[in-house]
Amino acid sequence: MTLTVTPARTARPAGRRPRDHRRRTALQWIATHAIAIALSIMFLGPLVFIGLTALMSDHQALTSQLWPQQWEWDNFADIFRKAPLLTWIANTLLYSVLATLFMLVSSIPVAYALARFRFRGRKLALLLVITTMMLPPQVVAVPIYLIWARFHLTGTLWPLILPMLLGDAFSIFLLRQFLVTIPKEYSDAARVDGCGEFRTLMRVILPMARPAIAAVALFQFFYCWNDYYGPLLYAGTDMSNWTLSLGLASFRAVHRVQWNLTMAATLLAMAPVIVVFFFAQKAFIEGVKLTGVK
Amino acid sequence: MATTTLGRRGEAVPARLKGRHRVNLTALLYLSPWLVGFTVFFVYPLIATVYFSFQRYDLFTLEPVGLLNYKYFFQDGAAWTSIRNTLWLVVVMVPLRLLFALGVAQLVTKLKAGVGFFRTIFYLPSLVPLVAGTLGFVYLLNPGTGPVPTILSALGLPSPDWFGDPSWSKPGLTLLALWSVGDLMVIFLAALLDVPKQLYEAASLDGAGAWQQFYHVTLPVIRPVLTFAAVTGVIQTLQYFTQAMVAARVASGSTDSAGSVFTPGYPDQSTLTFPELLFQQGFRDFAMGYACVLALLLFAVSMIFTLVLLRQFRGLDEEAV
Repeated sequence: MTLTVTPARTARPAGRRPRDHRRRTALQWIATHAIAIALSIMFLGPLVFIGLTALMSDHQALTSQLWPQQWEWDNFADIFRKAPLLTWIANTLLYSVLATLFMLVSSIPVAYALARFRFRGRKLALLLVITTMMLPPQVVAVPIYLIWARFHLTGTLWPLILPMLLGDAFSIFLLRQFLVTIPKEYSDAARVDGCGEFRTLMRVILPMARPAIAAVALFQFFYCWNDYYGPLLYAGTDMSNWTLSLGLASFRAVHRVQWNLTMAATLLAMAPVIVVFFFAQKAFIEGVKLTGVK
Repeated sequence: MATTTLGRRGEAVPARLKGRHRVNLTALLYLSPWLVGFTVFFVYPLIATVYFSFQRYDLFTLEPVGLLNYKYFFQDGAAWTSIRNTLWLVVVMVPLRLLFALGVAQLVTKLKAGVGFFRTIFYLPSLVPLVAGTLGFVYLLNPGTGPVPTILSALGLPSPDWFGDPSWSKPGLTLLALWSVGDLMVIFLAALLDVPKQLYEAASLDGAGAWQQFYHVTLPVIRPVLTFAAVTGVIQTLQYFTQAMVAARVASGSTDSAGSVFTPGYPDQSTLTFPELLFQQGFRDFAMGYACVLALLLFAVSMIFTLVLLRQFRGLDEEAV
């Protein structure tokens, strides 16, 4: 196998070379895979320990033992009794689902225009999209907070959902990066067949852009699911408006619970992301590659 | 509605003959959500931030105070502490993340078996919600109950009080950042796999060793991706908020809900980052004028790095035409 791949090396005259080389590659094979396995343990370790702790008894969670003496599956029911987790999950879902839908409706046309239309100021528009994508949200946080306060919407999650109707810079940029790679011939052909711009977008471009749309939707959904800064700023003091992230951060102190229940709740917050990842791994990976830029 | 009429007219008139202003109008229509959003949620707030920075404003009374907020900035010890902390993260955390991600990605390219399996495992932690990951790490490193101190002491090694010790809290956050390096790794991996194979073959014919190949072949090819990752890494770290906030809150065990006792930075302001200070001043103490001064400084610094990126993007538009 290796011999056919690297003919240049085997062609070298030195006598003992091939066997030496084979032994070296074998050693290299073992070394790289050993490192990879060690790294895997380090990457997975935290998740494993979080899982183990989540299944310990209250008493054992106070000790330094690593393995649960008895498996307290009831912990996962207990956290729902200790805190309004269902309300938090419902709020988080409302935020994530609506924000994602709104983002898609508003951002796809913008991305399409930036990728396909030739108009004056296109380059400027693109640079401004990148600029707003890069700048920290804290830069303009104060006046935006005051806008929402004027509409009496602070204390709710709407200040985080409604702006998504006006496009999201990161999603626009990512979609645009994908849309420019679709050959122009497709939309030209559609136009020759008598499609208007809008029909071309809906019937020809969108089906082809499905992987990018899936990636952007996933990113947006999980950005909202994981968001802490936004809800901390807007959800207010009333626990019934909180999201899972917000509740989780105060879980241990507010509800005076042990690490075992805290870790059970932590695992609960991670679970959807990990489950979805295993079903949509390709969309995630392709999406991340798009963010890398050339 | 308007789009369908434009579409119908498009049928009658061949695309080539469309007036330029027609295209401009269509573009305007498609861009309109973003144009409104950009004006309402960026241009206006940016101007308002400058305006408020010269005011004292606590949501109820607005009073012009000239340069007072700016003068206060130079006397505010917490501001300088938060700048030092944020700089620490930029200088230590960002390069470590880049190196680690590049190292892991390079390792994956060398693997012959189980590539998909390892890539999945290395990527997975970057998906874990920030709050959940931070909680997990505070627990893992927690003296007395956490597995890491337990394992370290079983091996006869000393373990610091990580998130309870001012000189170890930022390294603790760095460990968390290295654990969730997966998305960066995926980007680097894609870049490394894009390096043309012939270049390596040519280099090895010329007798270049592994390190020389990396330095003279790999690095020049993936440099744009590295630069992009470094600059975005810096900008993201300037916004570093959630992990520091949650780690301090959980480690201090303080009861917080808004209107409360919790101040970020535990232990001893060692995790107080610049955005945390801005948040605290603007939305907990309602010193909104002063928060705007901090926001403008954040804007200026992030803008410098954004301009570096924009330069890289300058050629971006041509490829579409």
